This record gives sequence, C-alpha cells and structure tokens, in this order.
Amino acid sequence: MEEEWANSEHRMGTSIMAVQYNGGVVVGADSRTTTGSYIANRVSDKLTQVSDKIYCCRSGSAADTQAISDYVKYYLHLHSAELDDAPTVKTAASLFQLLCYNNKNNLSAGIIVGGWDKYDGGSVYSIPIGGAMIRQPYTIGGSGSSYIYGYCDANFKEDMTREDAQQFVINALSLAMSRDGSSGGVIRLA
Amino acid sequence: GIAANIYCCGAGTAADTQMTTDLISSQLELHRLATGRTPRVVSALTMLKQMLFKYQGHVSAALVLGGVDPTGPSLYTVYPHGSTDRLPYVTMGSGSLAAMAVFESGYKDDMEEEEAMQLVASAIKGGIFNDLGSGSNVDICVIKKTGTRYIRPFETPIEPRFHKPGGYVFPLGTTAVGQTKTLEHTFKVVVEGGDAMETS
Repeated sequence: MEEEWANSEHRMGTSIMAVQYNGGVVVGADSRTTTGSYIANRVSDKLTQVSDKIYCCRSGSAADTQAISDYVKYYLHLHSAELDDAPTVKTAASLFQLLCYNNKNNLSAGIIVGGWDKYDGGSVYSIPIGGAMIRQPYTIGGSGSSYIYGYCDANFKEDMTREDAQQFVINALSLAMSRDGSSGGVIRLA
Repeated sequence: GIAANIYCCGAGTAADTQMTTDLISSQLELHRLATGRTPRVVSALTMLKQMLFKYQGHVSAALVLGGVDPTGPSLYTVYPHGSTDRLPYVTMGSGSLAAMAVFESGYKDDMEEEEAMQLVASAIKGGIFNDLGSGSNVDICVIKKTGTRYIRPFETPIEPRFHKPGGYVFPLGTTAVGQTKTLEHTFKVVVEGGDAMETS
C-alpha cells in the first residue's frame, strides 16, 4: 500500500521533561505515538522504569527506544546484582549513552533519564540524538520542547517542592502539547 | 495460533506474518516444555519484538497479539520495526482507520462477551466495506481462561450479487471442438524388495 501510515516507522514526536527538586525527580511525558500523521496510540506510556528508582523518558523511534530501554533495564539489573546495591542514576545514564553513541548510525533516540540514588540524590541526565550525555537541573526534549524553552527558562526554580515541580511539568507539557501536532493525549507523570 | 491460550492476527506481508508466527510459536512451545508452565503473552511479545527489531523493519509483519495467561487477559500490537503497545482495543492493517473509527465510538470497559464480539465484527465490517485491501468475511477468535473458540466464519456480510439460473454447467459443444484424441496409457506397478522394518 502506498499509504504513508502503512509504511512509516512509529515515531514519538513527543514532549518529555524531567525536573530535579528538593528530594527527588519528577519525570513527565505526553502520550502520542504517530505513524506518519495517523495516531497509532493516543495513550502511550513513554515513561519507562529501568530500575526501582530510575525512569527514562523516550522520544524518537518507538522501536529503537523500546529496544534500548529493554537492554538498559537488563544490564542495570545484572549490574545491581553484582554490586549488591541499588544502581545509580549516573550508571543508568551512562549505559544509555553507551548504546546511543556506539550505535548512532542506526538509531533515532532522544532519551531523558531521571531518578534518585543515595549518592547524588535526585538527578536528571539528557541524552539527545548522537549520544551526548549531560546532567542538568531540569531538561526538556522531543519535538514539542521547542515551544516551551522560553516558558521553562522563565519559570524553573532550583529546589522546588514536589508539588511545585509536578505543577511546573504539567504546565509546561500542556503548553507544548497544545502547540505541537506530534504531541498530545494525556500527560503522564512519575 | 501461537499457543493454546495466545492468538495472533497478522497484517502486512502474509509470508512474513506466517513465518514469524510459526517461529515464535515453536520457540514458545520449547519454552513451555522447559519451564513446565502455561506460556505468557509477554513472552510471545518479547520474542516477537526482539526478532522484528533485529530485522529493522524488513520483515513486514504487523501483528495483533492477544491471549489469557495466569496474569490475566492482555492485548498488544507489534509493529514491523519492533515497537509494541499495550491497549484495551487495537486495529492494524490497511483497514485499521475504518475499524478504529468503529471502536472509538463503540468501546466501553467491561463489556459482555456477546457485546464485544458484535463490536469486533462491526469494526471488521468497517474495513471490509470501506477498504479495498480488506476481504469479505469476518473470522473471530475468542480466548478465555476456560479455553479458546475459533469461529470461522463468524459473519459473511457480502451477498453474492449474481445467481445464474441453472448454475454454471457447460455441455460439450458450447465452445467449438477442434480435435479429439484419446491416449491409452498402462501404468506398471513395480514393488521393490525391501527389508523388514526394525525397531531395535
């Protein structure tokens, strides 16, 4: 069939973000997965748990990011069994980076890692397409993020309370979803 | 059929969907024998998605995977590139937009079995009537904890448009007869000596 949506790969156009607050991290995402311009899943869950206290937000190709996060979940589980301790967010982010950088020619994945560990507390790491990794107090990603850079820079504060951080994420993602065609559905928070 | 309690509908290239389904069905049976447990839908799901991802979308199998296992009933879509979604109602294929339109207006949580079957048949008929790529009959498979029912066909909504009175019988002479030749051929049956079958 010549239809665009019959042949295209599944993409998560997406609006995703993670915010570090006083005591932890809030991660949020929209729920739209598209094949071309058809919405294949309007209630997708782009927040994937890779370990007990570490989540990742996925954007880009649905297949690529699902495969990557399955690998990371597996390696992290193995690592934490050998370590005999909960894995750190930095380790999870490094594993994502390893996969994304070394396979950069075959992958289309933008990932945000957010979680809590006892050494660094809450941390947020951004791993855009290409495989760079950077720790930030908060970060936004996906096609919808372009529309909310201004809002986020103006409204982010360090060491917010959990309620304030959640509200910040909700407000930012709502704005992104209303302007970006590839983002929409519901907002999921973790 | 992937397992007794797990069924899979395929859209895309028929050869790809058949071979993929057969391969995973075989792997799952070995897994079932090794573990001694009823196979889970997520096992079939993981095997399918890892295989399709490996082939980077070149295996054109778009599947709807459903089944009942000890964790309960579940429904998934699997796409050729290897991504999956878990949803309460799904459609795939060229007729998926027509079928999804029916689902989005008709779906409710906690339907009865009869209601659900009627909804599914309506959705498929949406595809049959409005999509050239979809066929003429509705087949349904109902999977429950107590067993699986494969109803084929469930409905045949396409009425044959033309009935020739007397049917299609063409006596000799309807078309011009050119030549008639009868050949006699005798078949010789040869039994070759063989050893008796041994079981030791």
